[in-house]
Amino acid sequence: MLAYFISFLLIGLPICWAEWAMGRQGGLAGFNSCPGIFNYITRKPAFKYLGVIGVLIPVIIYMYYVYIEAWCLGYAVNFLSGNMDFADVSQSTSFWALFIGAGEDGSALGFGLKQVGLYLLLAFILNFVLIYRGISKGIEFFCKYAMPTLVIIACVILLRVLTLGTPDTEHPERNVNNGLGFMWNPVKHVVELKDESGDWMIDHEVVDPARIEAEETAAATNSAMRVRRISMREQLFNPQLWLAAAGQIFFSLSVGFGVIITYSSYLNKKDDVVLSGLAATSANEFCEVALGGLITLPAAVTFLGVAGVAGMGTFDLGFKVLPMVFANMAFGELFGFLFFFLLFLAAVTSSLSMLQPGIAFLEEAMKINRKQSVAILGLITAVGCGFVVYFSQDVKALDTMDFWVGTFLIFVLSTIQIIIFGWIVGIEKGFAWAHEGAAIRIPAFFKFIMKYVSPLFLIAIFTLWVAANVFGIDFRTGEARYSGYVMDLFIEPNTVARLSVGLIALVAGLFIFIVALNPDYKKLNKEK
Amino acid sequence: MTAAGWIIMILSVASVSTLLAWCIYKVVSTPHETEHIHGFEQETPDVEQ
Repeated sequence: MLAYFISFLLIGLPICWAEWAMGRQGGLAGFNSCPGIFNYITRKPAFKYLGVIGVLIPVIIYMYYVYIEAWCLGYAVNFLSGNMDFADVSQSTSFWALFIGAGEDGSALGFGLKQVGLYLLLAFILNFVLIYRGISKGIEFFCKYAMPTLVIIACVILLRVLTLGTPDTEHPERNVNNGLGFMWNPVKHVVELKDESGDWMIDHEVVDPARIEAEETAAATNSAMRVRRISMREQLFNPQLWLAAAGQIFFSLSVGFGVIITYSSYLNKKDDVVLSGLAATSANEFCEVALGGLITLPAAVTFLGVAGVAGMGTFDLGFKVLPMVFANMAFGELFGFLFFFLLFLAAVTSSLSMLQPGIAFLEEAMKINRKQSVAILGLITAVGCGFVVYFSQDVKALDTMDFWVGTFLIFVLSTIQIIIFGWIVGIEKGFAWAHEGAAIRIPAFFKFIMKYVSPLFLIAIFTLWVAANVFGIDFRTGEARYSGYVMDLFIEPNTVARLSVGLIALVAGLFIFIVALNPDYKKLNKEK
Repeated sequence: MTAAGWIIMILSVASVSTLLAWCIYKVVSTPHETEHIHGFEQETPDVEQ
């Protein structure tokens, strides 16, 4: 959590403020797309091409985000239909796998109540009807009431999680106290075993005090086993921790996506970008730390134990573990329906915001109106979404696109943005832009952070990320083995992974071509 | 959960809650601030009426 808060201060807030300030400045000159804004504020031709990343990220993420959105809608309907009364996590896991078509390519396309196809179609149509007809104001108004309701429901779920106690008496160590300990204890205890070469390898983590004692007793008589205490200091020296913290910051705050820069371009000089940015990030942080941090992992440990949670991702926690919480609470079906339906609405507002950078870009670069732009983007995203849903086996297409765009390119765009703000625009000028119309001032020490610390921190994290996740370097042992994502592309070719990257390259190529042909961007460079 | 775990949890939850509360207070207490604070408004100016 300490790494998370440091990342919040060193990259989350700085990039957020930089995006808001640069976006508004570009918008005041009439540019609403990331390529246009980068081109205008830097007056360097190369940056309009780098700005394409700010359009590519939301468009590609939309292609798989709407698929996940459909999961939420489908779960809400199935809760209402009484199909979600699971006895254990294996049942909720098999429901999820059948629902999303994880077993076989093409199996997600069915239109049954327990298949994602119908919900996907509804979600996709809803998104484009809202954005095409310009009636999204209605959903925004609705969300003003729906989102506080979602927070209230999350509080009710939190209350239920904290009172779960020990649901399985056969596994007394699977309880809420240990769940909270797994999430918040600063000192970790891991059981390590000696491998064939004599190196100690982590086998599993233990949280329960009685279990730690039992493992220590067992280790006392077994020379190939030991219980190691990992201090907070040692954890902070682990690069993987920083990678996870930074990645979480990007996603929870939506920084480095190319979305904030587009929306802030519609603001005027009297609008407050500093407090807007801080208020948005603080609301996100509250939901993530005070609600998410107390619900998901503690609930997962309570039902699955510490060993069961190892390696679990967001999907596992949200779509396999959370239904178990509802199955174990009064009026669980009603709360399950409300939670997933409101989550679906929240996701719709997010996906609509992911479409706007692409729409603004096509309008600006191709000189077309909004409806034409929506139609073109609708075609592009429909093809991409169909691709992701068809290749649903092991969520391979989604996973590949999320890795290269939803993680890799977000690091790249964030780094570019903070360098533009601190070094090309200049920190004094950037702060002056940000402070126009602001009710509060950014503390002066952020000048140093945004100019030196944030870029260096991002570059360091990005280098570590590439080393760990692309070249597969194990920071503990120093051994290197290419990651699965690289293996899929070059060493043991996987057709779906290659097609996914090909699709990303095709969309990027199209956007670069459109940027290259735009006369306004070139004119601006000549005017400098 | 250990005592240190409790302390970290309480500090973390308190700090994000305080920050959010302060932001809400600032928005509400600053004159006309509600007109100048923005999120992702879905109806952007390019929407044809």
